Amino acid sequence: MRSPDVNDVLLKVEGVSLAFGGIKALTDVSFDVRKGEVRAIIGPNGAGKTSMLNVINGFYHPHHGSITFKGKTRARMRPYEASRGGIARTFQNVALFRGMSALDNIMAGRTLKMQYGLFWQALRFGPALREEIEHRCRVEEIIDFLEIEAIRKVPVARLPYGLQKRVELGRALAMEPDLLLLDEPMAGMNLEEKEDMSRFIIEVNDYYGTTIALIEHDMAVVMDLSNRVVVLDHGVKIADGTPDEVKRNQAVIDAYLGVAH
Amino acid sequence: MAVGGSSDTFPKLLVRNAAQFGNHAAIRHKDRGIWQTWSWAQVLDIVRAYAVGLQRLGLKQNDTIAIVGSNRPKMYWTVMAAQMVRAIPVPVYADAVADELSYVLSHAAVKIVAAQDQEQVDKLLSVLERLPHLQTIVYDEPRGLRDYDQSRLMTIDDVIANGRALLAADSSLAARLDALIDSGDGSDASVILYTSGTTGASKGVMLSARGCIDAATDTVKFDKLTENDVALAYLPLAWVGDHYLNYAQGLVAGFCMACPESPETIEQDLREIGPSFYFAPPRVFEALLTRLMIRMEDATAIKRSMFHYFLKIARKHGEAILIGKPVPLSGRILYAIGRMLVYEPLKNVLGLSRVRVAYTAGEAIGPDLFIFYRSIGLNLKQLYGQTEAFLYVTCQPDGEIFADTVGPPAPNVDVRIAESGEVQFKSPGMFMHYFNDPAKTAETLTPDGYVKTGDAGFFDQKTGHLKIIDRAKDVGRLNDGTIFAPKYLENRLKFFPNIKEAVTFGDGRDFVCAMINIDLTAVGSWAERSNIAYGSYQELAAHPLVYDMVGRNVAAMNASLAEEKVMVGAQVRRFLILHKELEADDGELTRTQKVRRGFIADRYAALLTAFYSGAKTADISTEVTFEDGRKGRMSAQLKIYDLSATQTPADLEKAA
Repeated sequence: MRSPDVNDVLLKVEGVSLAFGGIKALTDVSFDVRKGEVRAIIGPNGAGKTSMLNVINGFYHPHHGSITFKGKTRARMRPYEASRGGIARTFQNVALFRGMSALDNIMAGRTLKMQYGLFWQALRFGPALREEIEHRCRVEEIIDFLEIEAIRKVPVARLPYGLQKRVELGRALAMEPDLLLLDEPMAGMNLEEKEDMSRFIIEVNDYYGTTIALIEHDMAVVMDLSNRVVVLDHGVKIADGTPDEVKRNQAVIDAYLGVAH
Repeated sequence: MAVGGSSDTFPKLLVRNAAQFGNHAAIRHKDRGIWQTWSWAQVLDIVRAYAVGLQRLGLKQNDTIAIVGSNRPKMYWTVMAAQMVRAIPVPVYADAVADELSYVLSHAAVKIVAAQDQEQVDKLLSVLERLPHLQTIVYDEPRGLRDYDQSRLMTIDDVIANGRALLAADSSLAARLDALIDSGDGSDASVILYTSGTTGASKGVMLSARGCIDAATDTVKFDKLTENDVALAYLPLAWVGDHYLNYAQGLVAGFCMACPESPETIEQDLREIGPSFYFAPPRVFEALLTRLMIRMEDATAIKRSMFHYFLKIARKHGEAILIGKPVPLSGRILYAIGRMLVYEPLKNVLGLSRVRVAYTAGEAIGPDLFIFYRSIGLNLKQLYGQTEAFLYVTCQPDGEIFADTVGPPAPNVDVRIAESGEVQFKSPGMFMHYFNDPAKTAETLTPDGYVKTGDAGFFDQKTGHLKIIDRAKDVGRLNDGTIFAPKYLENRLKFFPNIKEAVTFGDGRDFVCAMINIDLTAVGSWAERSNIAYGSYQELAAHPLVYDMVGRNVAAMNASLAEEKVMVGAQVRRFLILHKELEADDGELTRTQKVRRGFIADRYAALLTAFYSGAKTADISTEVTFEDGRKGRMSAQLKIYDLSATQTPADLEKAA
């Protein structure tokens, strides 16, 4: 694993609060993500993990607090601005184009990088064709990287869940993001699939140098994968530190195992 | 057509091919979705640089270098480069677990290992302390290896680049390399191929350069292979089949080897490449046909009836048309229509459209299966061979094809049947000796220089072709004296599409029993059509309806055995369906997927006891090994199914 630069903060979340009506999803949460690290956000069900991710990529707007990404502070950001800015994400429930092949799905991740519009792409002529070939080369690298050559042309709806997740990761990677947000990348997977996915996450971080923020409730997986861990419980940050520090933190143990009152 | 000629080593052949077919494709590999091609001239250039690079790493004449990986150009180039410096390449099965790997590597005392990727490097590093001779690991794919201690690791690209730099810096080096190639002698050991270990620890079979090239020259002539042929190199590198059919024949004939993108994409790659020379073990042909039939079941009624109608026509006339025998005009016309509508599209889907010669070997092939492929116009033939012969012992010439024989002796091969019934041979490609194992070598050779195959067989009276029944040492007898040839029975069982694997027992017993693995594809599809829900192999295997279905198959085999005089007593009286598939990782199959009967008898001793104690069920708990080497336990209670023996006509008469 790359050793992240301590001083180089890619994303900074400061005092973020979010509420849906009377329900407080996040209360005054602050943490940062350093360039090149794997940062995990964990917590029991309903702790506000996905809300946090949605705030980061601009899907929700925090009521208080600010998000600083690559040195720019923003109170409001729209999802497409986030993706132009270099944030890509995967979803807890796979969100692929089910009828399209794995290859086309990953190609879709290149859309933002394409210069020529629909008209030229439909003609598939001259510079637009050259551009497509270039993008296809990048996509093929990702396919090779994720070891999904055999399913390149298979419609994703026909793929097993673990592979769909991998295709989704491929699509996010196709954007060449600076920050990759993974929402429960191992949810619903069996042990072997989890191990595969962990390996890919480590390799993405190692090979592409992509900074990764991931949400997971499987503690064991997170501890091996990440450099630093934030723990949320009921929308409040209860711990922040290295996996070892977090593991020993009494508040975390209580949140996960429950305490006798 | 190019054949061996005056070249008696592979590096000399490579030089000749580069001169003769300079721009012809020598090797292809699908990388990043695109087929990359290297011509003979390019390959020679790369291999020369690679050879110099390996020399610099300390590889000298008679040193050994192991190759661990799947079919990739760089793996083949390692073999070529090693031979160029007169070192001996030792290909190892890529799926060998660390223990098997360390056994072969330490036995062969390898100095350098060429590994394909991180997975193989990890395996090597885990057994490093057991390999005192190992100096350097070179690898193909750098992915994931960046943070490894690089002191003993190096990419193959770097080795080649170093060699190139050295060649450029010192002009005398090229001349010295040329001299080294010229000094290569036909009596040099060309390669060490480790046997798959069907019979215990694997042995290193040493083959000479002259022997390899002579044998390959004979078969290249026999099948008229030329530089315009293409083969898909997808068989395990360490297996004699790949080294012979692709590497040796490729260099001798100058044809192109195409390496698949990954082991999972072989089927697509086969379609894209459209090889003209093709080899597959019977199980591959079987799997193709099973899948085809399942897909036909799902096709529309019109397509289905058209398919079956024309298959009937093919069965009637196909073989005769293939070998050029006279066929009535009406038959020819119908076959031509069938070819247009069914056979050619079918072969196209399977990627077999351009196949001129196809071989199968390794196990007996079901007659129905064999006839099916031949009838649709695929020139499928059988051969019989083994590592010690550098593959070919017998092979079927065009026009003399029978499903139940393996053909007459291959060109220049002398075959005889010993008094014990064992097949023995002498051939041009015959091995020199086992590496570092004179005792085993002496055991295998007869005093007059024939190789004992360990297989029992006989020459068919009618055709003069060889028939193989079983491993000589496996042929046993039941208590009543009936001959018990387990493999013969197992093969008969495996010809049923529902049965993937079978293991029979009976030597020194009162009757024959069988353990069976169902074929998950075939039975799974049947279950789907019959609305039977199942969650796992284990659950499906234990289903009463599956038992009944397999029971009918076994009964059908018994009925056909009843017609064969010597086999009447060898009918299967009890069987069970195993709760797990037999696996090479658990030691139940060899790496070439043959059942290890003795091992299975020990491992499942509880089941054997139940068979012969008359119990209706048996409990079993076994250790299973996962792909990454971890172990777990699996237990089950298995039902035993009883069958009554089919009466022979003679018995019925007696009864009446």
